[in-house]
Amino acid sequence: MILLDRVSKKYPKSSEPALDKISLHVEPKEFVIIVGQSGAGKTTLLRLLTREEKPTNGKIIVGGIDYDKLKDKKIPMLRRKIGVVFQDFKLLPNKNVFENVAFALEIVGASNEEIKKTVPKVLAIVNLSGKEKNMPSQLSGGERQRVAIARALVRQPKILIADEPTGNLDPKHAWDVIDVLEKVNRFGTTVLLTTHNAEIVNKLKRRVITLRDGKVVSDEARATYKV
Amino acid sequence: MSRKSITFRRILKTGLLNFLRNFSIATAAIATMVVTLTILLLSLIINATFNNTIVQITNKVDVSVYLKDSVDQTQTSKLIQEIKNIPDVSKVNYLNKDQVLKQYLLDNSSDKLLSTAITETSNPLPATIHIKPKTLDKISQINNFLARPDIKELQFSAPQSNQNLQNAINNITHATDVLRTLGIIAMIVFAIISILIIFNTIQMAIFNRRNEIQIMRLLGANKSFIRGPFIVETSIYGLIAGLISIGLVDFIFITSNSTLQATSLGLLDINFAGKYFRADIFKFLLLQVGVGVFVGAISAFIATRRFLKFKIK
Repeated sequence: MILLDRVSKKYPKSSEPALDKISLHVEPKEFVIIVGQSGAGKTTLLRLLTREEKPTNGKIIVGGIDYDKLKDKKIPMLRRKIGVVFQDFKLLPNKNVFENVAFALEIVGASNEEIKKTVPKVLAIVNLSGKEKNMPSQLSGGERQRVAIARALVRQPKILIADEPTGNLDPKHAWDVIDVLEKVNRFGTTVLLTTHNAEIVNKLKRRVITLRDGKVVSDEARATYKV
Repeated sequence: MSRKSITFRRILKTGLLNFLRNFSIATAAIATMVVTLTILLLSLIINATFNNTIVQITNKVDVSVYLKDSVDQTQTSKLIQEIKNIPDVSKVNYLNKDQVLKQYLLDNSSDKLLSTAITETSNPLPATIHIKPKTLDKISQINNFLARPDIKELQFSAPQSNQNLQNAINNITHATDVLRTLGIIAMIVFAIISILIIFNTIQMAIFNRRNEIQIMRLLGANKSFIRGPFIVETSIYGLIAGLISIGLVDFIFITSNSTLQATSLGLLDINFAGKYFRADIFKFLLLQVGVGVFVGAISAFIATRRFLKFKIK
């Protein structure tokens, strides 16, 4: 599902590479946690996957798309296939909950009927039924993050990338979000989660990839948190 | 419904909703646009009013040719034709002796004594040709023609062209030329400043929302779907601002006509300005709304451009 082959990323102004010859392979329906201290390269890795950045070297293939052959014009198409959840939610402030989720479908030209049918279902999955008309500013952090997850899920992506989705949340809301991610994974979506939270990593007992200074220092199944 | 039309309707709807939900920013942007569009409109009207004043002055200047009584009909017709053939003549008006007398009596109807005196003798007034030049500075060319010996022979006396006022005419000509040029320059400058101010306002409004554009990009929206609502939104700004500016100028003319006339010290014919504006109010409405919508839309198009570049490093 996700294949990285000796991928490096070096920013022009820094002496050390942010990612140094990383190779990894994620199978479909896997739940993978990426851990590492700040600056270890977690976010860079995810930004490479969403094509916000290009690698300096190496090959990336996601869902059968070879990024070397991907034209800039086709990037929107790629992003429509990947669901992304951000630490800072990135909700559209002028749209209410329903519209924020519906927006992901509007982009791909879904019909109004389809939107009216699908969005409430997804909002039910993230336990936000009844909040459709609320604006993002009227929601708690946990609720906002669940809206963001609903938005990422509504197009039924094969891959869900969550970049520290619990980073801004208190423990209770953090677990709500993790529960939703597990639920999604059970439905068959590949989940890529980065986190700082040792408790979450230890409890989930999933494959954990540890990054340090831009390198993979460990990659273990059913692992625990060690940075 | 086709996918394109669904998308188009969504862009319109989103633009309208964004306009309503960003009301404070919208109000600020519209206010700026109203001010600039109003200034632009006023500069247009003032320019036209100045031009009108210049035309009025020009119309008051003409050359009168007094013909000897001995000049016959054929000679007169030939002369008129020759005058008409001078390229810089705009109008030629011939009055025979009777018509001149009639006009004279009409002009002096209050002076009974003068009227009586002149009707008691045989008509002493000469037949007259009034020549209007196209522009003031062309008067000398008409005078040159009239000074030709064969033409001079037909004339009762030297032509009256306010010759002694030639200097004054030259000054007026120069002043009006300068005013016309200044008017056009001022209008162009105002237009450019207006466009820049509107562009800047919209750019700032969009800069404030660059995160939204970023988010939409990350979600995989294509350029037109992101940009469209912004263009709709700023076009609405332009539409409303255009309407308000027309209303505002109309209101100014309704409420302060006399005050304006007094304060303009007679330099501007405010009555003319009002009439000029009213006569073509729909044309101005179209112009204002057109400029507003066009500049608004183009500004949004350009301002979103820099946030929409899919250049990946």
